[in-house]
Amino acid sequence: MCDTCGCNITPGNEHLVKADGKHAHTQDGRAAVTVLRNLLSENDHQATHNREHFDAHGVLALNLMSSPGSGKTSLLEATITALRSELRIAVIEGDLETENDAERIRAQGVPAVQISTGSACHLDAHMVHDALHRLNLDEIDLLFIENVGNLVCPASFDLGQHRNITLLSVPEGDDKPAKYPVMFRAADLVLLTKSDLLAYLTEFSPERAEHSLRQLATDAPLATVTTRNQDGIGPWVEWLRTAVKDLRKRHAKGKTLRPAVQPDGARLHGLDTDHDHDHDHHHHAHSHS
Amino acid sequence: MHELSVCLALLDQVQSIAREHRATGVERILLHVGPLSGIEPPLLKNAYPLAAAGTIAEAAVLDIESIPVRVQCKECGAETAVAPNRLVCGRCGGFRTRVISGDEMLLANLELRVPDGREAG
Repeated sequence: MCDTCGCNITPGNEHLVKADGKHAHTQDGRAAVTVLRNLLSENDHQATHNREHFDAHGVLALNLMSSPGSGKTSLLEATITALRSELRIAVIEGDLETENDAERIRAQGVPAVQISTGSACHLDAHMVHDALHRLNLDEIDLLFIENVGNLVCPASFDLGQHRNITLLSVPEGDDKPAKYPVMFRAADLVLLTKSDLLAYLTEFSPERAEHSLRQLATDAPLATVTTRNQDGIGPWVEWLRTAVKDLRKRHAKGKTLRPAVQPDGARLHGLDTDHDHDHDHHHHAHSHS
Repeated sequence: MHELSVCLALLDQVQSIAREHRATGVERILLHVGPLSGIEPPLLKNAYPLAAAGTIAEAAVLDIESIPVRVQCKECGAETAVAPNRLVCGRCGGFRTRVISGDEMLLANLELRVPDGREAG
């Protein structure tokens, strides 16, 4: 048995060796404390709170992630046009600087809050929580959180969203899922955007893109969209309608939705990946989707 | 990248645990980090001194144990080591797998300096 790295910790004994457990031991004035806590547990705790806010107000929250310039804001503009008569939409925009994207969304007549992250490469649950105070959730059915354009960092931070959507635009190349597995593994839906360019960028193979996605052992659907012709976002709009209905059904049963990728590894090791400080809120239990 | 944010979150936890144990210093921090967590251990190590400056953990050694990516196949049951961008079963090639390690970013263990005679817990 190894007492250093925590590899002998099981769900049955973990309470003994956690920070406040009995078996944390002292020798020569040194205490070895086994912690086994997710580094981002504070963020995850806030994310859980955010999800509760969304659920309490019946809001479907979607986290849009992609490279910069893959068409997130254009997609949102087209989505608002398509759905504004049936769903009340709002947008939280994350960028390092400028109010440009929020202004584009406001021009569509829906509320938008811009988060300027300064130099931070991702949104975190606290930033989103602050932004929520600037929105009236009672007047929103569908909240898009447009993350900072970045295929790396945003994947590591739970914001409290119900679903992750990752965009892959045709000019980026069909091997992006193989290059950025952490991001694409996190997706509940992958949107192949700017598909009108497939006619010109013949080196892009949607089949190869799907193959490299499937290599990540995900069954997330891959939908092809373009904002450049009418009905080019049809499958996406249908997916959104279904997601809103799904969430309402779950709310009716007192449940919620969570993005499909869970920290399975951590859970299998018997670890509490959520916040485990002393105050014991009821929502510490994970509710699986 | 986001390693500095992660480092700051780590230090919040380390400081809070050190306080719980009334430690006078933090000597060693052990993390478990898998490639699917999205964290690069060398970047985290570079960010650490910046984030830790002036804290009780300023002089701590930061050790990071890399955890390999392993998947368990829901079809054939095999448990195999795989590449981060190839999470299908290493034996049968099935894609109904579950990642059982390699996505963690955990604060695993701390070595604290505590005044003589005091129990850690």
